[in-house]
Amino acid sequence: MNKKRPANIDVRTIIRTIKLPVTAIASLLHRITGIFLFLSIPMILWMLSNTLESSSGFVRVVEFASSGLGSLLVWGILSSLSYHLVAGIRHLGMDMGIGESLEVGSITSKLVIVIGVVSAIFWGVWIW
Amino acid sequence: MVKMATSFGRSGLHDWVMQRISAVLLAAFTIYIFSFMLKNQSLTHDAWVVLFHNEFFRVLSIMTLVALVVHAWIGLWTVATDYIKSTGLRFVFQAGVMLFVLGDLIWGVRILWGL
Repeated sequence: MNKKRPANIDVRTIIRTIKLPVTAIASLLHRITGIFLFLSIPMILWMLSNTLESSSGFVRVVEFASSGLGSLLVWGILSSLSYHLVAGIRHLGMDMGIGESLEVGSITSKLVIVIGVVSAIFWGVWIW
Repeated sequence: MVKMATSFGRSGLHDWVMQRISAVLLAAFTIYIFSFMLKNQSLTHDAWVVLFHNEFFRVLSIMTLVALVVHAWIGLWTVATDYIKSTGLRFVFQAGVMLFVLGDLIWGVRILWGL
């Protein structure tokens, strides 16, 4: 390992001193939605299992998805999935060398966040 | 190499490639399900069952489930290695993730296999 590498800076110092650029916000949202989607897999499987099992199971899921907490969770999953998908496509683009520069990266970050917000509104209207 | 024990594959490059391949499959499946939902606003149990009774779609669903499990494992490994500095704690967290996705996989296959 390089002995002359810079010393680590305390995380608290970083949080206090640096500002989050839009690219970092887009990245953080990608991570947060990813963790949320990971945690929601059992709920999605529960819905899949019941809807396929019987028509009464189907009704049970529809009723759950219409309830206060249920509709909020379904909205959260659809919105997170939409954002995660679009941010992921941006990532695949950068892997292929598309939009790697700082200027374009900032623009696509903003674009991805805007699309995420618009789709969250869309799913909200669709559900409620 | 022992440091890599909780990653999905045996190298970072392997994980990197798997994360992209699974992402493409997940994206395609998500877009298809979204369009299906929007086309069938008042979805019935019958129409839903018919979709999953298609052999091709069922195989594709199980493949997507496997991709989801791989994608989640690598994704959470990436996040955990960035934020959890204690090796012991990270190991416990990764073991938890591993068991969680394994459970998801078994349950999901059970749902989709025998339809």
